[in-house]
Amino acid sequence: MESRSRHFKANAAASLANPVLQANLKTAKGKFVDKRAIAIKEIDDFEGSREAARNIRNRVLENLDLWLEKFEENATARGATVMWAKDGDEICRHVAEIGKRHGVQKAAKSKSMLSEEANLNMALTAAGIRPIETDLGEYILQINNNEAPSHIIAPVVHKSLDEVADLFHQVHKTPRKTEIPALTREAREVLREHFLTADMGISGGNFLIAETGSVALVTNEGNGRMVTTLPRVHVVITGIEKVVPTLEDLSLLMRLLPRSATGQSISNYVSVLTGVKTPAERDGPEHLYFILVDNGRADVVGTEFQDMLRCIRCGACMNHCPVYQTIGGHAYGWVYPGPMGSVLTPLYTGLENAIDLPQAATLCNQCGVVCPVMIPLPELLRKLREKQVEKHLRPWFERIALKIWAGVAASPPLYALGTWLGVRYLKWLAGGRDRIPVLGVAPGWTLGRDFPAPEGKTFREQYAERQGKR
Amino acid sequence: MSSREDILGRVRAGLSRDPAHTSAVRQDIDTVLAARVQGPRPAMPADLAALTARFAEKSAVQSSTIDRVARLADAPAAVARYLKGLDFSLAAVIWPSLAALDWRAAGLAVEARGAVDSDMVGITGCFCAIAETGTLMACSAPDHPATVSLLPETHIALVPMSRIVPAMEDAWALARAELGSLPRAVNFISGPSRTGDIEQTIVLGAHGPYRVHLVIIEGE
Repeated sequence: MESRSRHFKANAAASLANPVLQANLKTAKGKFVDKRAIAIKEIDDFEGSREAARNIRNRVLENLDLWLEKFEENATARGATVMWAKDGDEICRHVAEIGKRHGVQKAAKSKSMLSEEANLNMALTAAGIRPIETDLGEYILQINNNEAPSHIIAPVVHKSLDEVADLFHQVHKTPRKTEIPALTREAREVLREHFLTADMGISGGNFLIAETGSVALVTNEGNGRMVTTLPRVHVVITGIEKVVPTLEDLSLLMRLLPRSATGQSISNYVSVLTGVKTPAERDGPEHLYFILVDNGRADVVGTEFQDMLRCIRCGACMNHCPVYQTIGGHAYGWVYPGPMGSVLTPLYTGLENAIDLPQAATLCNQCGVVCPVMIPLPELLRKLREKQVEKHLRPWFERIALKIWAGVAASPPLYALGTWLGVRYLKWLAGGRDRIPVLGVAPGWTLGRDFPAPEGKTFREQYAERQGKR
Repeated sequence: MSSREDILGRVRAGLSRDPAHTSAVRQDIDTVLAARVQGPRPAMPADLAALTARFAEKSAVQSSTIDRVARLADAPAAVARYLKGLDFSLAAVIWPSLAALDWRAAGLAVEARGAVDSDMVGITGCFCAIAETGTLMACSAPDHPATVSLLPETHIALVPMSRIVPAMEDAWALARAELGSLPRAVNFISGPSRTGDIEQTIVLGAHGPYRVHLVIIEGE
């Protein structure tokens, strides 16, 4: 997917000005947050579980090369073919080649964010393979002119029931339905036909298990099971960072992933898939391929950003983010929105291509507190800001302003004078109100919020006065 | 250079991999795999009756319905009772491993095979069941086609009480002990399929079954 993160500010302004989106975000707001809060209470030692999860992920990342080799060895021993892809183009080439080799005409896809990174659907179509998205949310987006998802778990969280009803009516040419169960059944019937006739199933992978060479796939709808049970060929596309050592580790992570994502104790279907079908088996793929993808990940290993590779893609950080809740996912401009996206997008697509994303955070640390693998997201965002300054990527006026600030802050008399003038100016600007709607010296600051007005005197002045009274 | 070597090379460089230590780390990895250390687990009841009650309670939370019978031979009558209660016809596709039960005596017409689109009811067993979350574990095999629990709108599963284990970790231990290596597909099933994609409103029956009915066999 081509990144539009460069235009974050314009995207965010458009999202704020879009009344339909704002109403839809309001509908969604808090639902995942409340459900998660209830679900984590079922775990006696939730913090201990988070620490264990962090350790599992770190253990692999610290020796990722050798864990990948172990996974490859065990997957290959069970008849799977392991392939490697440096970038999105190589993913597309691999899948198109596999398709050609097995005479594939139609591919049924379970949700895969990596296929979004690679723009896979477009490449498949060009290669003469028809891709069908089967996650309900992803299907809605596909029939709406291949719209981009706005959330990694709930791709159409930005859409209302009415919008989906209109879309189905237009695309399926059926009478307009307004009940969610009726719309879901309509999609089920359309997609069931595709499951039965697809030659290839494409899925992501929630985890790769080194011990057994398996992929673990988590879905609620059952589409993950369909695309890995019915078609002759199954292609798993997954990042190199997804390896976990054992089935015991998977068990622990499965206590955290669904609770953090949707507030469920467990997702409806967790499938652990290993190798190809035996001749006597009645279902399952004859050919299984793993495409292990770099696309920016390998270069993060061993850096100060390695913690980010622990991410298990639950989406809790975005669900709890005040910025995400206000602007929605599209404004972030690439595959991953919210705090995780504000770290991943600059790391994977280039710091200079996502210059405003590390700034799109209040650093309130809600994301850090809820992350099931304890990724210090605010700290990583701060480090990215430091990198931007080191590489002179910030605008000239900001650099000059910071230089002036540094000079003033280092000189007590200048600082005293500056704040003395500042509070008086702001009090005058407020004109008796406690909020300033338009900040004269930096009007950009007050475009989306008011500036609180000071009481009238600086802290130093008040302190000196009180000392004098004693 | 192949992409594999390129990617692994950059990972090694990032980790400052010292080739002299590689074999020691490989041994560490084998030690981790052999140790199978478990993380924190929620406390579960020790005795089977309480564990079964927990399984039933959590299954209900997952929107499964539950029945209990004393013996395996009582299962066909329980299945027939359930289907009649829903005004469904008494026809089903069934795991070949369960075909030997006397379904005909209960008035059921069963066919032992993999499921097809037109099958409305699928009857399966399970490898084991997990009390912590109300979850079935189904292992694929020639006698246990995975489609039977997936394609029909109604899934009925027979759950021997002795096969209810506390947690997923215990299910893996059982699989290693009894099956050796993992089968092609291990499917953990927790209630009917569902989606919340439209306005985060949960709807049952997305791509898989609309309903899951569990018959717990107390004497097995």
